[in-house]
Amino acid sequence: MGLENIIAEALPEVLTTRLDSLINWARKSSLWPATFGLACCAIEMMNATSSRNDLARFGSEVFRASPRQADVMIVSGRVSRKMAPVLRRIYDQMPEPKWVISMGACATSGGVFDNYAIVQGVDKVVPVDVYIPGCPPRPEMLIHAVMMLQDKVMKESVRDRRDVLEEEAREAVVPGTLPVTDGSTARQNTLPESRPYTIASRHERRRSS
Amino acid sequence: MSTVTNIPPQFEIVDRPLDTQMTISMGPQHPSTHGVLRLELVLDGEMVIKATPDIGYLHTGMEKLFEYKKYQQGIVITDRMDYLNPLGNNLAYVMAAEKLLNLEIPERAQTIRVLMCELQRIASHLVWLGTHALDIGAMTVFFYCFREREKILNMIEAASGGRLTPSYFRIGGLMMDLPSGFERRVAQFLDNFPKALDEFHTLLSGNKIFQKRTQGVGRISAEDAIDWGLSGPCLRGSGVDLDIRRANPYSSYEQYDFEVPTEPDGDVWSRYMVRMREMGESHKIVRQALPRLKPGPVKADAPKVVLPDREAMKKHMDALIHHFLIITEGFDVPAGEVYHPIEASKGELGVYMKSDGGPKPSRVHFRGPSFVNLSALPQMSEGEMVADIVAVIGSLDIVLGEIDR
Amino acid sequence: MESGVDNTPLSSQAEGDKIQTPSQLVAAFERGHPDWVSSVVTAHGETTVVVPREHIVEACTFLKAWPEGRFDFLADLCGADRGVEEEPRFEVNYHLFSTTKHHRIRLKVLLNEADPHVPSVTGVWRTANWHERETYDLFGVIFDGHPDLRRILLPEDWQGHALRKDFPLRGYEPYSLK
Repeated sequence: MGLENIIAEALPEVLTTRLDSLINWARKSSLWPATFGLACCAIEMMNATSSRNDLARFGSEVFRASPRQADVMIVSGRVSRKMAPVLRRIYDQMPEPKWVISMGACATSGGVFDNYAIVQGVDKVVPVDVYIPGCPPRPEMLIHAVMMLQDKVMKESVRDRRDVLEEEAREAVVPGTLPVTDGSTARQNTLPESRPYTIASRHERRRSS
Repeated sequence: MSTVTNIPPQFEIVDRPLDTQMTISMGPQHPSTHGVLRLELVLDGEMVIKATPDIGYLHTGMEKLFEYKKYQQGIVITDRMDYLNPLGNNLAYVMAAEKLLNLEIPERAQTIRVLMCELQRIASHLVWLGTHALDIGAMTVFFYCFREREKILNMIEAASGGRLTPSYFRIGGLMMDLPSGFERRVAQFLDNFPKALDEFHTLLSGNKIFQKRTQGVGRISAEDAIDWGLSGPCLRGSGVDLDIRRANPYSSYEQYDFEVPTEPDGDVWSRYMVRMREMGESHKIVRQALPRLKPGPVKADAPKVVLPDREAMKKHMDALIHHFLIITEGFDVPAGEVYHPIEASKGELGVYMKSDGGPKPSRVHFRGPSFVNLSALPQMSEGEMVADIVAVIGSLDIVLGEIDR
Repeated sequence: MESGVDNTPLSSQAEGDKIQTPSQLVAAFERGHPDWVSSVVTAHGETTVVVPREHIVEACTFLKAWPEGRFDFLADLCGADRGVEEEPRFEVNYHLFSTTKHHRIRLKVLLNEADPHVPSVTGVWRTANWHERETYDLFGVIFDGHPDLRRILLPEDWQGHALRKDFPLRGYEPYSLK
């Protein structure tokens, strides 16, 4: 872009800055979301990345299919009770630093679906950084949420975002393992063991305390 | 396929199973499963021996919720069912209720319903096309499709106020009349759409890679398709000439002149071609619907069911009373049961509605076309390569919101 | 009434047969097999045939191959709960459709709460498989002879059947991470 020339002339060779500012600036400029489309909001999320709205302007268009490569989980849609353990597992697979955007009324509070099947707010399963209202929110609102998240990232400290596993987490059962559904459990007439969702991660516990 | 001769014996292609089976779980978080579908694949090398869909990860309990909502409140829930074709869901739901109530719908409202539904069908097929191509590896099409779809969404938003969840059709007619200048916008869209359709054909239909990925993949014969209950483009892709708009016409579809495209092969390519041609047919129907828009009422003459106009409420006491009663208590629907099928963008969308005489339905069941089409996936994917599963799922055009409800 | 589903076949697609309405068809069906039909209801332009549950598979097999009706397409299969006090409490509706003649018919089986068993029609139409699993999942109706009867929408460890009228809208246990 020719930026190198300007920077090389304008700036000294050695620059002093806070480590937090530098790293946060790098982090916020390329927030990669995990492809996590659930329901109606996922279509608007796709729309946000497409030609009209172009989320790429904010460095956030690279949707990663693997949670290992993602920074932001955009929970776009209603989370059912069957999906909740899976969602939690995907969140656990994402390495630190990680953030969550709860997109839409259903993910935020259950929306119109106040019933047996839907988790009344995804914040019961994972910690949420930005909530977006709307059913579904417009793509512009998602872009706004990404920008708000970028502001939030700038205020964080690198120390809070270390991916250190606690002892108990290491010994824990693999969370949310999906059962084999060939019907063997139903035929044996035994109920599968209830599955623990997970052990809370470090910054999650720090936040809740 | 070209025949290669003189293959050294160690590289000879052995057409024999490897006898090593592996079970893998595909989804529920997978970019190509169009939502939260999970597949259990039993693989032999790269060949699929058995594919078992596992659904329910988006189960929303909608059918339970309908029983706790008044009839007019239920329309909102239908939007979130097949969220690519919300107006079709609205239509099926309100027409089932209208059938129970024996309501006569004004002609203008019927024409607007047809017009909006066909626009929505194009929008739905555009999402299918974009994501199907994206799954197979052609990313450009996605951007072209969403560019066109945005125009339709803008029109739906102008009419109803919502982009994705319009709730535009109400029991007894429409929420309100079309805004001024709507016809001009539709005409403008219609003028430009054939050009866009040509672009899609240029990008995909002549593309050798796309042809190789789709032709002969995921075959299903006409008898099997009927046995599995496939409907919509999936059934017509197997050469069965069946369209509910023709077979059991509703909302004055019998007055429109359109073709029902069919393709004989029953593979992914056939289903692709059927949908591509269907967009052209929808374009034709919208073109015919425009001159039919004659001024007139858009709500049925049933003051106990249809909300009065704001203006009437300010002037007439009885309109105010009716408004109050409909909002607070709802309206009683005579006891009975109906099944109303419509041709949604994915196939036969049927609503089974049962009333016990009160303001809330006793049972509402949606026959989601995606639900039934997906159940045939094991049959279609048997013996295919793992990478072709993605093509087959894309060609079924499933929406998990409708499957899991 | 709006021009909804009129169950008359279109003349262009009737393949030169004499036009028959579903009620005429049902009358002929009832004459041929009187013990397969408990009652016939015609309302809102739709015909409902109540079939005793022990004859449902025979009736479906017959209707599928019947040259007069040719109901070869199972459009929908759904359950319904008529109410906790009602007896028989459950019903299973089979919506049949003819892909060539384009008319529709509904078969209905009534079931008691104490014995919610009905023979499976998966042998007649393979599409019945998922519909029956869904009905089992949400209503607890057991389809005898189904090859793979287990829950389809709700998790396998779910308690109760969600669409029964006595199942509370918000379920039983509050959601928790524990």
